[in-house]
Amino acid sequence: MHKPLIMAAALAFGTGLATSATAGGIDVEIELPRIDVSDYRRPYVAAWIERPDNSVAANLAVWYDVKMRNGEGAKWLKDMRLWWRRSGRELEVPIDGITSATRHPGKHTLSFTTGQEPLGTLAAGDYRLVVEASREHGGREVITLPLTWPPTVATRTEAHGEHEITSVVVQLKP
Amino acid sequence: MSLKNALRHRLVRLSLSLAVLPATLSAPLAHAHEAWLLPSSTVLSSTGYVTIDGAVSNDLFFFNYRPMMVRDNLVISAPDGSTVQPENLLQGQLRTVFDANLQAAGTYRIALVNASLMASWKENGETKRWRGSHEDLAASVPANAEELVIREGNSRIETFITVGRPSELKPSGRGLELLPVTHPNDLYAGDPATLAFVIDGKPAANIEVEIMAGGTRYRDQLEKQKLVTDAQGRITHTWPAPGMYYLKTTVDGQSDTMQNTERRLSYVATLEVLAQ
Repeated sequence: MHKPLIMAAALAFGTGLATSATAGGIDVEIELPRIDVSDYRRPYVAAWIERPDNSVAANLAVWYDVKMRNGEGAKWLKDMRLWWRRSGRELEVPIDGITSATRHPGKHTLSFTTGQEPLGTLAAGDYRLVVEASREHGGREVITLPLTWPPTVATRTEAHGEHEITSVVVQLKP
Repeated sequence: MSLKNALRHRLVRLSLSLAVLPATLSAPLAHAHEAWLLPSSTVLSSTGYVTIDGAVSNDLFFFNYRPMMVRDNLVISAPDGSTVQPENLLQGQLRTVFDANLQAAGTYRIALVNASLMASWKENGETKRWRGSHEDLAASVPANAEELVIREGNSRIETFITVGRPSELKPSGRGLELLPVTHPNDLYAGDPATLAFVIDGKPAANIEVEIMAGGTRYRDQLEKQKLVTDAQGRITHTWPAPGMYYLKTTVDGQSDTMQNTERRLSYVATLEVLAQ
């Protein structure tokens, strides 16, 4: 059932490649679980691409409580503690094109185009795409997916979480 | 606030402002007990207040013996080297507490330093005594005095808090100090950390360093780790688990930087090891 779909996708992207050599990119679909607790707060989420040596190649998205008075929402960014260690503490929020408000449970698809911020131009090599979620009065979870850049064909990988992230689907477009 | 508390509060504040009070030796801190500072946070993503407890205790990190004596010996150093005044300093029966408003990005050092020099010598058959600071030593004590004995005491109890990106920490150059190789706010369970120690700014080789995790109340043994510094004054340690850790090292004996001087140096740090 899945295989024909992937092939179709590869074909479609292949045609795209013929017209524009720089239209490749990455789609990331993050699904957040519906959690039935009375003190539910939407989680803080960070998505980034890192190199095998843990250095960050690109910050893709950071969702936090941007609307809180006096920037109070930034106080809890450190709770995405892997992201905070990798790059969060080096940055000043808000960051155009990367930071935005927290999101409700469900699927959220983000598209990134190579050569454009925030993805930029990735050197050829192996990377990890990391999604970290941390929820007030709740838990924290990290999902990591390996990826090789640039892709030669369209590829789709996914991973499932157990607590704060339902799933992450990464589609690479050549 | 009760009248009594208000009064005590005012007295503590008053004594803190009397910076002319001579610093005293750390002797009042009982030897068999651990003296420590415990910050409410060590990693912050925004500027703002932290609160710090200080106590002398039997268990790490529980307040069960004596409050920390805080007078003019508390220095909160900002990343740019300026000092921050503690706020709401209160000494209770079992602990001392104060707040610090951290308004800049970088690493703050919260340190209690007790330093003193005592000298005794003979002058025309009479015993002379003097007590004071390193700065006043040369002017007050004749360098070639008869039977001159100088006793140097220097104890430092500290902790570190970082807002945003960790910044460089510079040693004061006096006494026994930690000179970070791995930053003290960049410690993670399972990752090796390298810490260097200096005496009067120079590598402290071959000294014993004790490391103990907090929560001693909930285990049978102290599980004290003992490490010895190498020729560069360094130890490398892999933290077994996240949590608050107590680190202590002491050096006694003849000073190698001052003549006729017996020294007693001690260094204590509270370090937070973060989860991966």
